[in-house]
Amino acid sequence: MAEKAEKKVREVLLESGIPVRPVYGPADTADLNYERDLGDPGHFPFTRGIHPLMYRSRAWTMRQYAGFGTPQDTNGRFRFLIDHGQNALNVAFDLPTQMGLDSDDSRSEGEVGRVGMAVDTLKDMEVAFQGIPLDKVSVSLTINAPTPVLLAMYLAVAEKQGVPLGEVRGTAQNDILKEYIGRGAWIFPVEPALRLIADTMEFCARQAPKYYPVSVCGYHIRESGATPVQEIAYAYSIARAYIQRVIDRGLKVDDFAGRLSFNFDIFGNLFEQVAKFRAARRLWAKLMRDEFGAKQPDTMQMKMIAGGGGGGLTIEEPENNIVRGAYYALISALSGAQTMALCCFDEAYTIPSEKASLISLRTMQILAEEMGLSDTVDPLAGSYYVESLTNEMEKRIMAEMACVDQEMGGIVKAVSEGRIQAAVAHQALLYEQKLQRGEIVKVGVNKYRSEGERVSEEVELHEYKPEATEEQLKRLAQVRAERDAGAVQVSLNRIREQAQGNVNLMPAMLQAVRAYATVGEIVGVLKEVWGGFREPVRL
Amino acid sequence: MDGDKPIRVLVAKPGLDGHDRGAKVVALALREAGMEVIYTGLHKSVEEIVSTAVQEDVDVIGLSILSGAHLPLAEKLLAQMRAAGIGEVPVIIGGNIPQRDHAKLRSLGIAGVFATGSDLEAMARSVRDLARPAAERG
Repeated sequence: MAEKAEKKVREVLLESGIPVRPVYGPADTADLNYERDLGDPGHFPFTRGIHPLMYRSRAWTMRQYAGFGTPQDTNGRFRFLIDHGQNALNVAFDLPTQMGLDSDDSRSEGEVGRVGMAVDTLKDMEVAFQGIPLDKVSVSLTINAPTPVLLAMYLAVAEKQGVPLGEVRGTAQNDILKEYIGRGAWIFPVEPALRLIADTMEFCARQAPKYYPVSVCGYHIRESGATPVQEIAYAYSIARAYIQRVIDRGLKVDDFAGRLSFNFDIFGNLFEQVAKFRAARRLWAKLMRDEFGAKQPDTMQMKMIAGGGGGGLTIEEPENNIVRGAYYALISALSGAQTMALCCFDEAYTIPSEKASLISLRTMQILAEEMGLSDTVDPLAGSYYVESLTNEMEKRIMAEMACVDQEMGGIVKAVSEGRIQAAVAHQALLYEQKLQRGEIVKVGVNKYRSEGERVSEEVELHEYKPEATEEQLKRLAQVRAERDAGAVQVSLNRIREQAQGNVNLMPAMLQAVRAYATVGEIVGVLKEVWGGFREPVRL
Repeated sequence: MDGDKPIRVLVAKPGLDGHDRGAKVVALALREAGMEVIYTGLHKSVEEIVSTAVQEDVDVIGLSILSGAHLPLAEKLLAQMRAAGIGEVPVIIGGNIPQRDHAKLRSLGIAGVFATGSDLEAMARSVRDLARPAAERG
């Protein structure tokens, strides 16, 4: 009987290729050495968490992604979220801003303020952060290719609020290598783009030490199709490349690498994700200590934002995404994330509505304050299954990183040649085919599907407002008319000159944004010097 | 004879939107279905897409748009295709396309709308059906 039943057990293979057995036991964790492999929370190798008390002393930071239309619209949503107990902001920019184009550029037509806030000059950032104290509220800027410009604007706003550089908090996404892999908001060729990243990291290490200048995003790599193992492996390969470039400038790893953070994806099998994060924390600590010679615990602690998983949400029966979001938040909490930016239930087809943003915020608050998720650290530690999976994930992540180094010539070369992009695209096709064959289940989509209207009437679609573009164009024209044109020209010339050499560009950026030079003008000057990225189209 | 000539498809990403997972999955799936696929890469202007379509002598054009700007982009592309003398090449659109815009896109002259999650095999069949008259003429 028992033998017969065993034969019938269905096979389970995680996305990362790990087979799952029906039962795990002591034999699966027999080799586990507590001090070596786990350590107490807050102690090397930080598998259990980077702080001794984790959420018991302070719940995770709740930081919903917001931004649309004009800086005034965005300022309104920011204040709404802060009024409802959110303690940090996550700014979305529109595509022209992300691509370094002004709102009045012909290529921006139809896109101004569409997927995020439009920013042309410092004026827009002044409006967006009106009444939001930048030494108290930590702001995350979802910007990459033109980061030095937007970061300079942010620092200039802080300066106008009377906040000294040394006290400014926040994070810039500023991870260009992942833009070449997924998301696609790249502008410059790889080498000058990497130089800009190193410029911002070096500048912040020396002048704004509380600021996190780079958030390496496994998130978008996974959203583009990568497995959880590839997500961590590629993100870590990218992070090592950035760190090496700053070390090459003569900084010590402990002087800056603690201000590097990560943005990871949460969707997928719950246990696989929890194991992924625990393995990733352990591996990062070892990498920083053994490869880069880090001495400070802060440098070895992998800090992360999690909670986004747009790829796991469905257009069909969108209310189900509220449930998925709650599980994503649970995964983040069980994984020891520092910050959560929980995806919203309407995210599969629109800019999140106020209602959807609030439900996500409430989901996190319920978990933290009603469900006991902030009471004890790393509650899954010691589980036969979770510990065994954590070990397996770590092995596979290391193997994937070795493959990038040994078979593709390192991450910079692999991305420049489009090899990572091709690997991720093939993985995306495999996933889609499995989904369409029903081998991967999406409830309400390929199983238990309801007939009828695909999109629920309950969902309020974000309307694109052409008036917002008019308003934005008017403000830009006014700034152009009122600013000191001579000062703008001087500052742009300085950027042009320095872009040809290797001086850190951040001071020149600050000068230019204070003179109200536009994003498009500054990026335009850099493009003149460096040209644009030629995408390796390789399928 | 037309059975021997593989169908040529241009998969294009117009505008500033950089989300190319869907475009690449479709390109790979159509290739697996035996077609010749040319993928433009990101951030292409409508002018660049039309000129590639002319040069590559494609049977079908597929546009992938996820930013929400599908209506203005479709209108612009169709007008420029007519101006370039390739107005008869069928154009299909994929991406984040709300149901309410499907009819509008069709009335502009878009031959098929494949929202996120569309069945890949059915899409390949549609592309084949759309391409057949063009291939016969060739």
